Amino acid sequence: MSRISACFADLKAQNRTALLPFITAGDPQPGITVGLMHDLVAAGADIIELGVPFSDPMADGPVIQRASERALAHHTSLHDVLGMVKAFREQDDATPVILMGYLNPVEVMGYEAFARKAAGAGVDGVLTVDVPPEESHDLNQALRSHALDAIYLAAPTSHRHRLEMIADAASGFIYYVSLKGVTGSANLVLDDVAAKLQEIREVTDMPLGVGFGIKDAEMAAAMSKIADAVVVGSALVSRIEANASKPDKIGAELKQLLQEMRTAMDAV
Amino acid sequence: MNMPDEHGHFGPYGGVFVAETLMEALQELREAYEKYLADPDFLTELDADMQHYVGRPSPIYHAQRLSRENGGAQIYLKREDLNHTGAHKVNNTIGQALLAKRMGKTRIIAETGAGQHGVATATVAARLGLECVVYMGEVDVARQEANVYRMRLLGAEVRSVSSGSKTLKDALNEAMRDWVATVDDTFYIIGTVAGPHPYPAMVRDFQTIIGREARQQMQEMTGSLPDALVACVGGGSNAIGLFHPFLEDKDVAIYGVEAAGDGLDTGHHAAPLCAGAPGVLHGNRTYLMEDRDGQIIETHSISAGLDYPGVGPEHAWLKDIGRANYVAIDDQEALDAFHLLTVTEGIIPALESSHAVAYALKLAAGMKPDQKVLVNLSGRGDKDMHTVAAIEGIEL
Repeated sequence: MSRISACFADLKAQNRTALLPFITAGDPQPGITVGLMHDLVAAGADIIELGVPFSDPMADGPVIQRASERALAHHTSLHDVLGMVKAFREQDDATPVILMGYLNPVEVMGYEAFARKAAGAGVDGVLTVDVPPEESHDLNQALRSHALDAIYLAAPTSHRHRLEMIADAASGFIYYVSLKGVTGSANLVLDDVAAKLQEIREVTDMPLGVGFGIKDAEMAAAMSKIADAVVVGSALVSRIEANASKPDKIGAELKQLLQEMRTAMDAV
Repeated sequence: MNMPDEHGHFGPYGGVFVAETLMEALQELREAYEKYLADPDFLTELDADMQHYVGRPSPIYHAQRLSRENGGAQIYLKREDLNHTGAHKVNNTIGQALLAKRMGKTRIIAETGAGQHGVATATVAARLGLECVVYMGEVDVARQEANVYRMRLLGAEVRSVSSGSKTLKDALNEAMRDWVATVDDTFYIIGTVAGPHPYPAMVRDFQTIIGREARQQMQEMTGSLPDALVACVGGGSNAIGLFHPFLEDKDVAIYGVEAAGDGLDTGHHAAPLCAGAPGVLHGNRTYLMEDRDGQIIETHSISAGLDYPGVGPEHAWLKDIGRANYVAIDDQEALDAFHLLTVTEGIIPALESSHAVAYALKLAAGMKPDQKVLVNLSGRGDKDMHTVAAIEGIEL
């Protein structure tokens, strides 16, 4: 069983929902990312989602775009990100790590080389935002041949046929994009999300994560009633941005928000 | 050559590389495009607009004085610069806007670099009474003030994009982000043969009117097909529009001209086919300007319309199979051609099209006087007055 599947199985046995914080690797500077990952775990993260910076993050809102720009100002490459995961693994062999990014840096490294290096560094899953199941055959095979989970997005607009295709291609969990829009958008409607998750559960037994638009502890708690994992990204990255010139403070800021979410979710 | 395949692939290029949130919208667009391109009603409406609104067919002009000055082959110009709005862009925006109307969409969005596609989109939106938002990089907004004003006069909202390099590629990213959130009522009119399937095929199909007309006109006018075709390539829509109807004519040589900027060896250029590598950007796999980490790098060209780090996937395919040749012309060569065409023929070309003219002059010089080179004069140079004057130290 993969680290991700084992993590979900454990949480399920405890009747808890996974908390998945997202940060962009190298934001605001490469030197603090590994420390932040440990801080997130200490504050209650079950799985870490690490963004791989890209020059053209088409599916991201302004908050995460700027995170990519800050990381790229330090030339944080995919190779560097793998190095960060490897360094994280020196002290934490248990918490699953997922890379989230766009295809081109992976394409340039080569699918097989990427999968081998990622597995070697201790990565557990890969979500390539701009690769739908239709285009993912070769990448998916490379990931699986190195026992990496291939994580896919499902959207409010994904009809049954697409949901089946996504479920077939995916492993680990499915990441439901809870609203139409880019990361960090507003206006999440809980009932709509619940209805769509139910529809996805008709085609798969895989755990379902929900992300895009979860800003605070209250929303995280509400979402934890219907999802298997709650992803929080822009809310954390905003705090990194606000403290970009005071990197020493970032760890404490992130921990505070994540702990609030964890407490609220566990109280449900 | 029946490309692309049903998944939008031109060999290894093209495809649909977008987030799941856009997959249904692209499916809906694909179905509408396939349906209406076989619908006689739609085609009749499109033809009527092309004739009465755009002013088609655009003429072919034998540039005799230019040919004589240059020596060698005869140079012919396909006069897309005479279209309404001054470039080939309108062929595509009319097609897509009519499609949007049939699909019941009430809002149009577009990206633009130099502003030509933005103006062509704002124009058809005004005519059809559709709400229109155009995304334009902050850098381009500053250097193309006149086109920004034209779009606003036409009733469009121009949104300045301040992310990334603040140019065309970032405007495209931002338009995609808008579309993800507004797919229910919004139609995204992409201006070139790039983006996810079906855009490269659809935009091509709306632009092949250039090549279909030219193929017939050259035969009527000269009794035979041209020996060579030349067109500039940014995203590559005017080029594919000219080239595509000639692909089976094996005796017709094909040249796509990229922007060499300060020179290919300086790294400051916009020539992914000549000096880039395959990768994935903006929904398709194609040749890109990228660094060794796979990050997209900034491009440079005197011509804003060629200043793009990618290129349509069909061009990538035509390069690999050897059916078309891709070459590059630098800023200075393009400027020289701009002036030469202006003073010898009284035609002021767009800086984009000047790249094609410049290469045609080189090519023709090595050919015989009874041979023919057909250049796609894709746009007129009015929009470039400030750019050219500024380079020459003249304040308008």
